[in-house]
Amino acid sequence: MITAGIDVGSISAKAAIIKDNELLGACVILTGYNSRNAGRQVFDQILLEVNLDASQIDKIIATGYGRNSIEFADKAVTEITCHAAGANFLNPEIRSIIDIGGQDSKAIVINEKGKVQDFSMNDKCAAGTGRFLEVMARALEVDLDAFGELSLQADNVASISSLCTVFAESEVISLIAKGEKRENIIAGIHASIGSRVMAMGKRIGITSPVMMTGGVAKNIGVVKALEEKFNTPIIVSAHAQVNGAIGAALIASTL
Amino acid sequence: MTLTEKIKDPEKEKRKIKSDKKMRDLMTAYYIEAKTPKEQTGKKIAWITSGGPVEPLQVMDIIPVYPENYGAMIGASKMGVELCEKAEQMGYSSDLCSYARADIACATVNGGPIGGLPEPDMLICCNNICGTVLKWYEVQARYYKVPLFILDTPICHTEYNPDMKRYVTTQIQEYIDFLEKICGKRFDYDRMTEVGKLSIQGQRLWQEILDTTMNRPAPMTCFDAFFHLAMIVTLRGTKTAVDFYESLLAEMKERIAQGIGMLPQEKYRLVWDNLPVWYRLRWLSNKFASHSACLVADTYTSGWCSSMQYLDENDFLGSLAEMYTRIFLNTGTDIMADNIVKMVEKYEADGVVFHSNRSCKPYSLGQYDIQRIIQEKIGIPTLMIEADMSDERNFSESQIETRIDAFIEMLK
Repeated sequence: MITAGIDVGSISAKAAIIKDNELLGACVILTGYNSRNAGRQVFDQILLEVNLDASQIDKIIATGYGRNSIEFADKAVTEITCHAAGANFLNPEIRSIIDIGGQDSKAIVINEKGKVQDFSMNDKCAAGTGRFLEVMARALEVDLDAFGELSLQADNVASISSLCTVFAESEVISLIAKGEKRENIIAGIHASIGSRVMAMGKRIGITSPVMMTGGVAKNIGVVKALEEKFNTPIIVSAHAQVNGAIGAALIASTL
Repeated sequence: MTLTEKIKDPEKEKRKIKSDKKMRDLMTAYYIEAKTPKEQTGKKIAWITSGGPVEPLQVMDIIPVYPENYGAMIGASKMGVELCEKAEQMGYSSDLCSYARADIACATVNGGPIGGLPEPDMLICCNNICGTVLKWYEVQARYYKVPLFILDTPICHTEYNPDMKRYVTTQIQEYIDFLEKICGKRFDYDRMTEVGKLSIQGQRLWQEILDTTMNRPAPMTCFDAFFHLAMIVTLRGTKTAVDFYESLLAEMKERIAQGIGMLPQEKYRLVWDNLPVWYRLRWLSNKFASHSACLVADTYTSGWCSSMQYLDENDFLGSLAEMYTRIFLNTGTDIMADNIVKMVEKYEADGVVFHSNRSCKPYSLGQYDIQRIIQEKIGIPTLMIEADMSDERNFSESQIETRIDAFIEMLK
């Protein structure tokens, strides 16, 4: 059986193909302004990459914020349930997930079968999300991909206390004006994300082993900040960003 | 049949609560009387908080009007944002309760649902529901230049003691003195007994109506209770409320006898905590129904009968202090948590949905603790959604949709 998972998030759209419990491939594109188109495009791309035709796909599940706009999917399932299934597939030992995507962050507790036991989400605010990091990267004139490595070179973590993206940005600007080192500011930004996510995680009783998923997992600085806050190692798979799509494809195989 | 006539779905028609129309008519009649010029009715108008002792007003033939009920109407008719923005322009903080903001703003404009509330002759403020009402009513007392009576009810974290009783009972007497002075007539204690009986009867019937959802399938959901609640709030202590609730209860019993549930399919039974999201009632109701999830009970609508056990039919006035001091919003987190646990057990619910209401701090403050207590005591799943009862700017549809969908996927 061949199944596909399409995860249309606020910033990027992801797709994954699973054949008989094995990952054939996964890819990521930018969502852009039309989530419906992004879903179609990312699906076409993954088909091209794994050299399959749409007719060969038995079932498709859509997830993410755009899940209800993907008309060619058989079903829509939330990214919370999909990330749980994906993490369990990548590593069955995992009991908790921290998923930080473009517009929200989530803490999820799962059982040995990859079923969600409890979850919490950030409230209606971009602080502690991928978008927050994008705004900060722009303010600091640093490429977002360099954020992780730069923050590891910090000699002093700057304090960013605001809970609001816009106010945090002005805090960053005043730190720049004071001559604070870029590395230290970036480390401060990561630490502030860590604090936010810790509050959500503690609330639902996160237990080890913990996996981080979502696009922000590519940022080693955030991972380190979370490890420090939670005082536990955090596992990051090479498929972190496409984990939701993998989970969706896996759930599709049970339809 | 003409083309313009709508073809009605018989399945849907069967599920409709027939008393809805009667309720609407009665509420319209109530507001028409309240808005009739005083020279014609000869009655004074009192604005009163939702948890305030309304019965003495009925005794004095004063028409009680509820700014909070009006706040709900503002929310449901999606006028909340406009009025809240107006209040913010007047200098009120956006962190202030949206009912307070909408009411304060609405007083100054020519508009709002039903063209605004009738002007008050007096204000009755009881702080058993929150502290905001004190300042809110002070603002309105200054604006309308009318006397304000404040009934101060100490919070019963866990207990109600004789000192509290003395303190509140003294104020009940002052309340009656206040009314006698304004109306220029004696308080009729015999009539108080009659009104008291009607109040208790109304509360008892309301509880019985809410309890019909113990049946599977539930003949109504909390979304119906949110609607039918207005009667016990505004017309408590009147025969109108008793008669209406008797017919509503009969309808519910009839639905049970015929096996008519509010949802076509009832797979999950949930309890709701906090005020409704008035401007999204239909959306939320449809969202839960699409998952065959029935909200069988809620802490909000039961608030208007949950402390009736403290009332004494033979000494209504004497027991009034205790009943109004011990309403659930005036208790501590432990009692609130215990109340939800009991509800889950009584209505055999599979989960609890918490509305973290940006407006209502006393209601929302302990919710994370209550979530934890529920987890520890009965281990059922809970969901937190962040919104506001009347200010739509605090509602994020896709966020809330994801949470509800994921919560139901978790229940499966």
